[in-house]
Amino acid sequence: MLDFPARAIRDDIAAGRISATEVCRASLARIESLNPSLNAFNHIAAGRALARAADVDRMRAGGAPLGPLAGVPVALKDNLCVRGMRTTASSKILDTFIPPYDATVVRRLEDAGAVIVGKTNCDEFAMGSSNENSAYGPVRNPWATDRTPGGSSGGSAAAVAARAAAAALGSDTGGSIRQPASFCGVVGLKPTYGRVSRYGLLAFASSLDQIGPLTRTASDAALLLGVLAGPDPADATASRHPVPDFTAALTGDVKGLRIGIPRGFVTDGVDEGVRRAFDEALDRLKREGASLIDVELPHARYAIPVYYLVATAEASSNLARYDGVRYGHRASGNGNLKEMYSQTRDEGFGAEVKRRIMLGTYVLSAGYYDAFYLKAQQVRTLLRQDYDAAFEKVDVVAMPTSPTPPFRLGEKTDDPLQMYLADVFTVSANLAGLPAISVPCGFSERLPIGLQLTGRLFDEATLLRIADAYQRVTDWHTQSPPV
Amino acid sequence: MASALTIADVERIAALAQLELTADEKVLFTRQLADILAYAEQVQAIDTSGVPATAHVHAREGMERADEPRASLPVADALANAPDAALDAGLFRVPRVIGG
Repeated sequence: MLDFPARAIRDDIAAGRISATEVCRASLARIESLNPSLNAFNHIAAGRALARAADVDRMRAGGAPLGPLAGVPVALKDNLCVRGMRTTASSKILDTFIPPYDATVVRRLEDAGAVIVGKTNCDEFAMGSSNENSAYGPVRNPWATDRTPGGSSGGSAAAVAARAAAAALGSDTGGSIRQPASFCGVVGLKPTYGRVSRYGLLAFASSLDQIGPLTRTASDAALLLGVLAGPDPADATASRHPVPDFTAALTGDVKGLRIGIPRGFVTDGVDEGVRRAFDEALDRLKREGASLIDVELPHARYAIPVYYLVATAEASSNLARYDGVRYGHRASGNGNLKEMYSQTRDEGFGAEVKRRIMLGTYVLSAGYYDAFYLKAQQVRTLLRQDYDAAFEKVDVVAMPTSPTPPFRLGEKTDDPLQMYLADVFTVSANLAGLPAISVPCGFSERLPIGLQLTGRLFDEATLLRIADAYQRVTDWHTQSPPV
Repeated sequence: MASALTIADVERIAALAQLELTADEKVLFTRQLADILAYAEQVQAIDTSGVPATAHVHAREGMERADEPRASLPVADALANAPDAALDAGLFRVPRVIGG
């Protein structure tokens, strides 16, 4: 039953063909049976989920109108606050944190009838590209358990791929929704910066972070985005830009759409299997009536250094709040306040988080600010201008989501810079604030590959339209991993 | 500059970031941060004269809400996660700040 998309589950519940309680039990059973091997969930919210599902069944029995996600089991990345539900960001420093409020996205999901089944494992504070930076151990890729599921939203991607939840939320600061979606063979959408409220998301890099859905179909991503999007008095960066009917945009037709390909950028270091799948996907879209046009993004090759300067600077500021005073872990020594701060942070943060705090502190410090941080912000402007120029010629820009298929656990953990390079095709969209989607486009030796499409600001509709049209003529997304 | 990153630099940054590092971590981070900074130095070759900085992509969009009083988090809820709180007084408790 969890093989069906969220839309079908909701419609079956609304029509009385199955109860929300049955769907919820199936999801919980699947999570319980898979979690020992995949480690996709930090917390399973069985009691709360069953109570919510019973509410949906009662509403239906009473003839009350059901929301667009009524009874749909949804998993949440463990950096999204749910009132009363342990939320750790996969960090020891928040091992005991129980949020006193709901994230806006949680409120919107539940108002739409969704049933939250648990919190998914991720890289600590969403910092990573393999889910190996979690304090609770790595998630394993459902397609090959010796491989990473990608990161940082690795648990969310694995849960959806393994049919443990119909959909999940992730957060994407430099590719953390799209890259795991690509690695696990599901759809991942990073909305335009400001499209979805960040209230209740544990902040990593505030000018880049965005919450979005992971689903098996683009059509489900459209359904979830419609629920999540819109302004929020609790987040001044949540835009008042009108929210269109994303489902109405799914015409099944790509005729006349112009797809830009930055061939000069998609060159070195791209795995042969990824390149083949990418070229075949573009060819397929061309046969469906889209036109393929070469574009230039001259500054895209600087996106990785720019991203790791900007994101770490913002992280060093955001993570200053974890000081052992208001929430989370506190070191047990008898020292003074300053010693308590530094011991708490040493004990509570993992190596990658410390590295990024250090890097960010360095690039913001006197003498290095202009050469690194300010320079990166200026190149960020040049990168935005590259995309502005490209979007005068084309409607979307296509790249592989990741230069490689899912890599092996442990393959890159000793070399942080190599791990950062895994984000080469995803970080640009965050720096420019643009929406981007990863859609399954093939396999290389039974490992999933993703096609990434980046669109104009607030034009998720065109991304969803192309991804949906592509899924109507391909079957990559209907294949199940061997777990 | 970055290629010359020393253990003393790492100790200085760690102090600014309120991080206590072990001796092993200092050695490891000195090497890794030097590698990352050497890679990041390529941005310095780009001509950015007259290019404004992007701090935020929607910086000009005014999205402030009306300045009206509204309920905030109750004190008991705000204190509930504190490792050490004086619940009756409504205060977070911290170690000695001066002296000790």
